[in-house]
Amino acid sequence: MSFIAEHYNYWIVIVLMMAGFYIVIASNNLIKQVIGLSIFQTSVFMMYISIGKVSGGSAPIVAEAVTSFSNPLPHVLILTAIVVGVATTAVALALIIRIKAAYGSIEENEIGDKDNVSE
Amino acid sequence: MIELHLAILPIVLPLIAAPICFILGRSQWCWLFATLISGLSCAASVGLLVATLDQGVVSYAVGGWQAPWGIEIRIDVASALILSLVSGISTLVLIYANQSIAKEIDTSKHALFYTAHLLCLTGLSGILSTGDAFNLFVFLEISSLATYTLVSLARDKRCLIAAFRYLIMGTIGATFILIGVGMLYMKTGTLNMLDLADKIAVIEGNRTLNTGLAFILIGVSIKLALFPLHMWLPPAYTHAPSAVSAFLASTATKVAVYVMVRFIFSIFGAQYVFETMSMDIILLVLAIIAIFKCSFMAALQSNMKSMLAYSSVAQIGYMILGISLATSAGLMAGLLHIFNHALMKGVLFMALGCVAYRVGSVDIKSFRGLGKTMPWTMAAFTIAGLSIIGVPLTAGFVSKWYLVTAVFEQQQWLIGFVLLLGSLLAVVYIGRVLEAAYFGEVSQQQETNIKEAPLTMLIPMWVLVLANIYFGIDTSVTVGAADAAAQWLSQPHISGAN
Repeated sequence: MSFIAEHYNYWIVIVLMMAGFYIVIASNNLIKQVIGLSIFQTSVFMMYISIGKVSGGSAPIVAEAVTSFSNPLPHVLILTAIVVGVATTAVALALIIRIKAAYGSIEENEIGDKDNVSE
Repeated sequence: MIELHLAILPIVLPLIAAPICFILGRSQWCWLFATLISGLSCAASVGLLVATLDQGVVSYAVGGWQAPWGIEIRIDVASALILSLVSGISTLVLIYANQSIAKEIDTSKHALFYTAHLLCLTGLSGILSTGDAFNLFVFLEISSLATYTLVSLARDKRCLIAAFRYLIMGTIGATFILIGVGMLYMKTGTLNMLDLADKIAVIEGNRTLNTGLAFILIGVSIKLALFPLHMWLPPAYTHAPSAVSAFLASTATKVAVYVMVRFIFSIFGAQYVFETMSMDIILLVLAIIAIFKCSFMAALQSNMKSMLAYSSVAQIGYMILGISLATSAGLMAGLLHIFNHALMKGVLFMALGCVAYRVGSVDIKSFRGLGKTMPWTMAAFTIAGLSIIGVPLTAGFVSKWYLVTAVFEQQQWLIGFVLLLGSLLAVVYIGRVLEAAYFGEVSQQQETNIKEAPLTMLIPMWVLVLANIYFGIDTSVTVGAADAAAQWLSQPHISGAN
């Protein structure tokens, strides 16, 4: 039990990851797929932040009397990954706008039907 | 001065050029500028290949920060070989693109096409040169985001859905790689590939490491379109503009295969991946199914672009099969096939682009009689098609020969048989096009209306055709480089294992 409680942040990561992944796979609506993708990516950000924590460490700032501090590198990495995630979401949303303009729908099955008719 | 910074030029040149290209705005200027930059990166890459063949490894500390803290650019023979290939093909495709995109992309988006192409080149070069696992993820996403944009530029609205699905699958793949890299960092505390390899070699049997390997392999498999994770590829290549398909089919998936080679051989070590984790069986089975199922699917397509896309997935199966043999000969055959397959798929997609340019469709029906009306285009298609099948005197024969030899070396007769059967299926799907082109009936109207493709499209295509024939006859350059690369990659791990 204490094992579960002590690693609660990792449990959050797993739950978010699976929820996001499920939304991507199961949704018919393109916007919902993008939301799922964002949740999925966010869970990974949390995982990296968790890796960086050093028990009892303070913030990684040079100051007197600070001997133990958290590892700042995962934070830096995840800043980059967040930027990548934002860019991906932006491209996805831009595509959805064009899909809506071209097909008049953002439901995957309706779009599929329209493609079959036009072929 | 230039020699000192040669290693980073293939990344920095297109990266800086991309926004400039966007500012230039006019289609012709962008074209000239992008082609020039791509040509310069190609020259730098060839310089690096010469340097690596000479001295083994070129290492460069980005921003002067020494590894393992700073990001290291680390180029060995394998990366330099594929780097030269990617930038070379990019240059040829850009020359070709000027006429091709005039018909397939709206004029207002031409500058965007060249910008996205340069960014994609930046990402691909970055993946090939970096020595840092996290940096690899970033470059992977730079190239992927540019790729989604490129696919969505076509006039056909179906490209939008194809690009969107590609984006979803690609992002899941990249995030899996990110998770895997995170787990490696969790266990080893480093991101530098050499450092990772050293630290992983010491660790024995660890669940975090095993999970990391699983995440990374699945993520990369999505990116390289390994069966059954290939579903994004056929629609994306079918609906993208021809110049984009030609570039992506011959570079993007190949670079992903390279990433897999890098992770398996340079970071995890072949012994751990293949013997402890038995990944070779999984990869082998998937590769064989890919070869069969997708060659078969290719033979059923009526749209020739999707035929080539399925054929690409099948050919990726050959590369993975070479890698999964877990021998130096197999790896060498896999690397060789990466190089040669890029040459042939480039030509095939370019030929389809020429047909689309003149006829306006790439359906099998529209190929009737093209042997007469577009002789040069169809001749190029024929030679590259023979190369895919693996007829002697073409590049395809060389890599298939080494692959079959590597398989027989292991006394895997059944797999060798499967390889040859796969080639027979290639005869079927390429043969259908040739039959339509040379023996199909031509309507009067077609004969008078359809002319040969313009020279700026024919010349880059024929350069690649000649490369196909050249590397089919004189194998010393490619085989030598692939052999050196395979030796280099497998040295510490495989030689000890056997």
